[in-house]
Amino acid sequence: KIESLKVTVDFLKVPLGLKKPPLKEALAAVPGPGRAKPFGVERHKSRRCDTMDNESQYSGYSYKSGHSRSSRKHRDRRDRHRSKSRDGSRGDKSVTIQAPGEPLLDNESTRGDERDDNWGETTTVVTGTSEHSISHDDITRITKDMEDSAHLDCSRHLGVSLAAALALLAFVTPLAFMVLPQLLWREELEPCGTPCEGLFISVAFKLLILLLGSWALFFRRPKAFFPRIFVFRALLMVLVFLLVVSYWLFYGVRILDSRERNYQGVVQYTVSLVDALLFVHYLAVVLLELRQLQPQFTLKAVRSADGASRFYNVGHLSIQRAAVWILENYYHDFPVYNPALLNLPKSVLSKKMSGFKVYSLGEENTTNNSTGQSRAVIAAAARRRDNSHNEYYYEEAEHERRVRKRRARLVVAVEEAFTHIKRLQEEDQKNPREIMDPREAAQAIFASMARAMQKYLRTTKQQPYHTMESILQHLEFCITHDMTPKVRRVGRRYLTAGPTIQYHKDRWLAKQWTLVSEEPVTNGLKDGVVFVLKRQDFSLVVSTKKIPFFKLSEEFVDPKSHKFVMRLQSETSV
Amino acid sequence: PTILSYFIFFQQRIEIHKLRQGDNLILGFSIGGGIDQDPTQNPFSEDKTDKGIYVTRVTEGGPAEVAGLQIGDKIMQVNGWDMTMVTHDQARKRLTKRNEEVVRLLVTRQSLQKAVQQSMMS
Repeated sequence: KIESLKVTVDFLKVPLGLKKPPLKEALAAVPGPGRAKPFGVERHKSRRCDTMDNESQYSGYSYKSGHSRSSRKHRDRRDRHRSKSRDGSRGDKSVTIQAPGEPLLDNESTRGDERDDNWGETTTVVTGTSEHSISHDDITRITKDMEDSAHLDCSRHLGVSLAAALALLAFVTPLAFMVLPQLLWREELEPCGTPCEGLFISVAFKLLILLLGSWALFFRRPKAFFPRIFVFRALLMVLVFLLVVSYWLFYGVRILDSRERNYQGVVQYTVSLVDALLFVHYLAVVLLELRQLQPQFTLKAVRSADGASRFYNVGHLSIQRAAVWILENYYHDFPVYNPALLNLPKSVLSKKMSGFKVYSLGEENTTNNSTGQSRAVIAAAARRRDNSHNEYYYEEAEHERRVRKRRARLVVAVEEAFTHIKRLQEEDQKNPREIMDPREAAQAIFASMARAMQKYLRTTKQQPYHTMESILQHLEFCITHDMTPKVRRVGRRYLTAGPTIQYHKDRWLAKQWTLVSEEPVTNGLKDGVVFVLKRQDFSLVVSTKKIPFFKLSEEFVDPKSHKFVMRLQSETSV
Repeated sequence: PTILSYFIFFQQRIEIHKLRQGDNLILGFSIGGGIDQDPTQNPFSEDKTDKGIYVTRVTEGGPAEVAGLQIGDKIMQVNGWDMTMVTHDQARKRLTKRNEEVVRLLVTRQSLQKAVQQSMMS
């Protein structure tokens, strides 16, 4: 029985959208029953656009790694030059945010210095090699991207190495301060017993704490590549640099040159440096992590294509960071973008063309003739009774009914399919040939509900999002974890369009978003700021509103003040 | 037809002679209402904020019925004492004074049709 089911499964595998089938092959492979055709075609079409995007960026860098604590002065100047050369006017500034291809939630992994540096090398620039032909626009886009990433690669590399150097310097300095006198003029130093040793211990532990803190705070996988520098980070790096430099200056002049004898003083000086570094780290925590936590603004993100909107509360952030925050939440909050669901049925729209022609009698000397004409046409069209709303309503109702029927069939099929599978108990004696692992069990079940599932997906136009492989995987998952039919994770997953992150990675389409904003993107959020995150097919419009200032007043209610009277309605006889 | 468009108020003086039953002097009717009561539950009043004293029941064959008191009458005065702004208990006391054998009431009555309709509607 399993073998026969497997054969059916293989048979069905062909039409149900493989990764990259050339169109003709897919059509040829389908024998007589022609039900599979539409499935493959639509999926194929939509993949055409995203191969480009999948290859085009893997920019793994953002300024968040600990070694990007370089001197930002260099980057500042370079960025300013670049921006000046491009657009002098303060119009819409459009910059690009690229997200890396790794899972977005992984930001606690430990990466050493070496890995950071190597990321610059593994960044791929757009290769432009795709299986499909590309148009002229694509070519221009590709070349522009190449130029951009070429620029940024160099500066990123520089930035990373500078940051690494600065961090290393800051870490090594206290050790150097303490070791140098011992090396250079050991004989002249005053002996320093217990107090010095105590100070050595404190320096050691403080350095350890600093190391751990830096690791926790800075050594993180960057989530996104920001178009402009991150102001606070730049500030912190400048601060660290100044701190270290000034300490070295003082040390060089007062201690090295004059060969200070008082070793305890030197060690205390070192301890003060380490303390200062710890405080800078505290400042970093506050500026980079804490300040944005307390909610100050409400962001409303609306998807332009279908109007899906969500609200988010954020704290003080710059526009670019707010954009990244929105994107992170977009992938798990917004239902997946399905362009097939957007258009009104054609039968409804065709009637909307108005057949009015406007003739102007009299002189032709009016300059605003066109606006007058168009206004007249619109007014006339509005007054004419057209029944397209009627048709739309009935079409919607019919579609709804069809979807519900298919859904009912699907649910029944799934339930029935699951009754065939039972978890093997230890005490059951079963023939080893009949024992299956989850994968085989999933395949066995799948055959019996494949048809209903396919029909349902086609009706709701979701079939591009679910390959057979993904369906089988999900079935396997449900079977392994004993998901009951009532919970119906299987059905629910397909019955409603889930958030984008639930689908296979390829379906996330481009991770390239363009941030369009009227204000410079390093500005902080303010009430009324609007910015747009664009992608090819749609855009997210984000608007900011300040959370109002709440005035809470207190009213004390004495528990004894709760008193009641009866509502009387007596009747007395006299 | 709008019954509300006409309704007849008239006042009547009624003299009731109390009947002695054992140790008590009874009048043979029941009252409801008063300024300490809930006027919205009064089925007989036209205006639901009226906190006056109303006759809620008249015993058959009692002195009140004999004298012509009807259910739904609003008692305005008892022996010259005003009854439009009294509590329920004060009203009761004024009607049941031990040393009085006769009480003279001033009552207001809506037209009979209206009174019946009110009591049917409540």
